[in-house]
Amino acid sequence: MAELDTSSGGGKGGKVRSKKQSTRVDLTAMVDLAFLLITFFMLTTSLSKPLAMDIAKPDKDEVNDNRLEVKQSLTMTVILGKNNKIMWYMGLMGESAPTIEGYVGITKSLLENKKKVKDASGKDIMVIVKPTDVSTYKNFVDIMDELNITKTNLTAPAVDDDPKHLTPEEREYMKQQGIL
Amino acid sequence: MPRVKVPRKSTAVDMTAMCDVAFLLLTFFILTATSRQPDPLEIKIPSSTVVMKVPDKDLAILSIGKGKVFMEIIGANVKKDALAKMAELYGTTFTPKQYQRFGVISAFGVPMNQMSNYINMSGEERTKSGIETGIPTDSTKNGELYRWVEAARRATADLNNTKMRVSIKGDADEEYKTIRSIVDVLQKQKVNTFSLITSAEAVAK
Repeated sequence: MAELDTSSGGGKGGKVRSKKQSTRVDLTAMVDLAFLLITFFMLTTSLSKPLAMDIAKPDKDEVNDNRLEVKQSLTMTVILGKNNKIMWYMGLMGESAPTIEGYVGITKSLLENKKKVKDASGKDIMVIVKPTDVSTYKNFVDIMDELNITKTNLTAPAVDDDPKHLTPEEREYMKQQGIL
Repeated sequence: MPRVKVPRKSTAVDMTAMCDVAFLLLTFFILTATSRQPDPLEIKIPSSTVVMKVPDKDLAILSIGKGKVFMEIIGANVKKDALAKMAELYGTTFTPKQYQRFGVISAFGVPMNQMSNYINMSGEERTKSGIETGIPTDSTKNGELYRWVEAARRATADLNNTKMRVSIKGDADEEYKTIRSIVDVLQKQKVNTFSLITSAEAVAK
């Protein structure tokens, strides 16, 4: 559409008349570029926004009376160790054998235990997460995410990250397994 | 029999209108896109499957990485007000120009006694000089991080009349210990809910 006038103006030596040129310009390339940029800006504005995972922790200082006693048979304790390993056990430490697992298998275990507890007692499982000081932040986010995915513990958050709350038995077992 | 000739039509379409629309949209998206300020801390955030987006106001983000803490208060006015409150606490004064400059700083991580210097520097100098050592994080009530969070919360309450949310943006490989010490500071002032900032991940089937 955009053409250059290459004819040598007027052949017979008469008046040199400038030819009327078309004012149309080829916009195809320009439109292409514009849409490319639009796509870019659209994607970067909405997709780059990070996501927020809400965590609620129990109040530390306050001694409140409405503490909930949890039945041992309903609890599953998940301890985050180092090297991306998890140790979990049901009920009390020592009563049932703890399992050492990676983050891939934990989803299955969570679902299995959730079902087992539901079938046995008709109540919901209570998962207590104990991140130790040697686990990484990613481990913590991952386990909270797994709980979200498997829809366990939706009502009550139970994150216990006080290192003093790690019992000696737990400590010893984890040391033996080399994850503390 | 003469054949009926179908007149050839030009395939060229008038692009003007399309071009107009395209550029209109382009302008809109460019203007609405918020320019991203460089983070002083290299943070690789972990991924999760949550779908809630981080809100873009009444928020303070604590960036944690390599054992350092940086704080980012969203909203220039809240940021300035928080600085004013901190200045009052520490008995320092800042010029109006310094407040202006502080309003556009994204995340900061310097002890209060370096703050005046820090504000006067240019962005490049800040990273070069090694002044960004993070906000001191003793979990006592006199700890600077404690006071910063408190000041930001009060500033948000004063100016916007809402509760400020606290978000934690931690590096994936950071030890949980560091995160715990920060969370302890928050819990000291009864901030028991906070959000962890993560990137998106596809839901596992």
